[in-house]
Amino acid sequence: MISRREFLQASLAASALLGVQGGWSRVAAQQSLHQDDLLQFDTFGNVSLIHITDIHAQLKPVWFREASVKLGAAPVRGQPPHLVGQDFLAHYGLDATSAMAHALTHDDFVALGQAYGRMGGMDRVATVVNAIRADRPDALLLDGGDTWHGSMTALRSNGQDMVNVMNALGVDAMTSHWEFTLGADRVDEIVSDLPFAFLGQNIFDTDWNEPVYDPYRLFERGGVRVAVIGQAFPYTPIANPSWMFPGLSFGIREQRMQDMVNEVRGQGADLVVVLSHNGFDVDRQMAARVQGIDVVLTGHTHDALPEPLLVGETLLIASGSNGKFVTRLDLDVRDGRMMGFRHKLIPVFADVIEPDADMAALIDAERAPYLNELTEVVGHTDSLLYRRGNFNGTWDDLICNALMVERDAEIALSPGVRWGPSLMPGDAITREDIYSMTAMSYGQVYRREMTGAELHGALEDIAENLFHPDPYFQQGGDMVRVGGLGYRIAVDAPMGERISDMVHLASGEAVDMDRAYMVAGWASVNEGTQGPQIWDVVESYIRQQGRVSVPESTNIEVVTG
Amino acid sequence: MGYSRRHTLAMGLGGLFVTVVPIRVSADAEGLIEAFTGGAEIVEGPLDISAPEIAENGNAVPVTVTCPDAKSIRILAPANPNPEVCTVHFGPLAGRHSLTTRIRMAETMDVIALAEMADGTFVQAAANVRVTIGGCGG
Repeated sequence: MISRREFLQASLAASALLGVQGGWSRVAAQQSLHQDDLLQFDTFGNVSLIHITDIHAQLKPVWFREASVKLGAAPVRGQPPHLVGQDFLAHYGLDATSAMAHALTHDDFVALGQAYGRMGGMDRVATVVNAIRADRPDALLLDGGDTWHGSMTALRSNGQDMVNVMNALGVDAMTSHWEFTLGADRVDEIVSDLPFAFLGQNIFDTDWNEPVYDPYRLFERGGVRVAVIGQAFPYTPIANPSWMFPGLSFGIREQRMQDMVNEVRGQGADLVVVLSHNGFDVDRQMAARVQGIDVVLTGHTHDALPEPLLVGETLLIASGSNGKFVTRLDLDVRDGRMMGFRHKLIPVFADVIEPDADMAALIDAERAPYLNELTEVVGHTDSLLYRRGNFNGTWDDLICNALMVERDAEIALSPGVRWGPSLMPGDAITREDIYSMTAMSYGQVYRREMTGAELHGALEDIAENLFHPDPYFQQGGDMVRVGGLGYRIAVDAPMGERISDMVHLASGEAVDMDRAYMVAGWASVNEGTQGPQIWDVVESYIRQQGRVSVPESTNIEVVTG
Repeated sequence: MGYSRRHTLAMGLGGLFVTVVPIRVSADAEGLIEAFTGGAEIVEGPLDISAPEIAENGNAVPVTVTCPDAKSIRILAPANPNPEVCTVHFGPLAGRHSLTTRIRMAETMDVIALAEMADGTFVQAAANVRVTIGGCGG
């Protein structure tokens, strides 16, 4: 069997591309980390791209446990980015106790965390960006979006804290998704003052089906014309409340993407980069179907891959989330062609990379008005709390328990978003931690009756969004999180036949399709949802618990094949 | 919702006549196809139907059908209680043989477009559109 590495080399040779991997594996083998090692990079070619994405307003370093279950639909199962744990380590030749293993996989997360510490922090990201710019002053810094959302400070300041930080970082272009949950008017207000490009070739107005934002921007870098085409999250009006941006329509709009590629090539672009929030599997399919894209900087699905994935001659780059990683991609572009690349997924280990003093001061200033509220300790956890993965994480179980107890419900539903950092056993739970799992502009907790049949229908619909074999028909996040409910899911079955054996856990009885159950949930996309904010509900519950300990859920049985 | 699928939007269609079809309470898609073709065989042809993969709003799903040599185009939403969306005839002065409309969709289905060509033959194309409850952010 041909190995992935050989395949990469074979396809590079065949396409006259010369790829040189960065030094991450050497760093990974080291037990003691140094900033110089993490940043070490032999400048290559004539263009440098810096990619960050899905920061979710995490200004400070975080714990972020990667997924232990990330199945993907059948056609791409077992391929990146759907490898986890040991399979991921084996695929990329990483040592199980290495720093990169801690950064990229879930196994031994707690133990390795003691050795390697938190990751991210925009002041550390600034240090990395500045170091790259010291090598290559005209490097392009591209932000894949989900930037102005995800924390208490971003919620309270309507994204202004992140706008200020990203302006200081010197972004050249961004695209978007959760940004629109601030409301279209607020987005337009920010964009009108933004010193860089806000791109989305696939954002149209609903009245006349005309483009609303710039589809692309052309840059001159190292004697090369670089086109950056923006692709916002195609299903923003479906996954998020469209009433907050009622005049906007999104969609994949593959044909327009092809038209934009042709247009920028016609304007002399030597290098075509798509700054995307499609999600990895959608990008993989789009890269195969749209001709002429050199690089896709992927986002949305929070995947981090230590090497580019090649689709034909297109490089797919996955740079993780929450400020954990910064990708540096150096390219050799000659005669209107990408001839070679050098790539490094730079892990932002917060205890190793020195914070940039100016950025640290700016972050402190942004947090100062809220600092007392942010840092108040609400309770403690004795177990690892995390969310990321296809099904319930322990943080989700805690939130679902809070919903059922505080709102007197039999069943809880919590959205399967990919954002939300982790907490280590023994950690204090601050108000900031709770907001980082829940902060959003539509956080009201609803309480209403749903029949067993309605619950089944909702689970089937969401499962179809996640496991549809064609990525173009997938939308949104991971599976909705459930409390008080067990079920079996056959992920490869057709819609309507995936979910079975639904159990009402409190009674131990099978869910009655005709009976009405009292359900509490949050993040409804419907306008006018009434109820308390989810962060207040969770805070009240944790405060009463004092210490929490949440075991891994065994209420969902996952069947593949 | 007060929206009716009959509120069609015709854009940039010089010389186009839109026929609004009377409501039929129980019409099935097979019968509507046969009524359009008169039972003639459906062949391959340059008929393009464009619709979103997933509907942002099931009450108003934009669908564009383009067919350079079409005399008439019929759009069907087979899983709707009333599957017939519209039938459009292009006159001799039509500049572009293309129509865009918005249709209301009851559920996930293949939206079907049929065209009668200038030479009297019939062609067909379909686009799968998913209607979902949404949410779950990502």
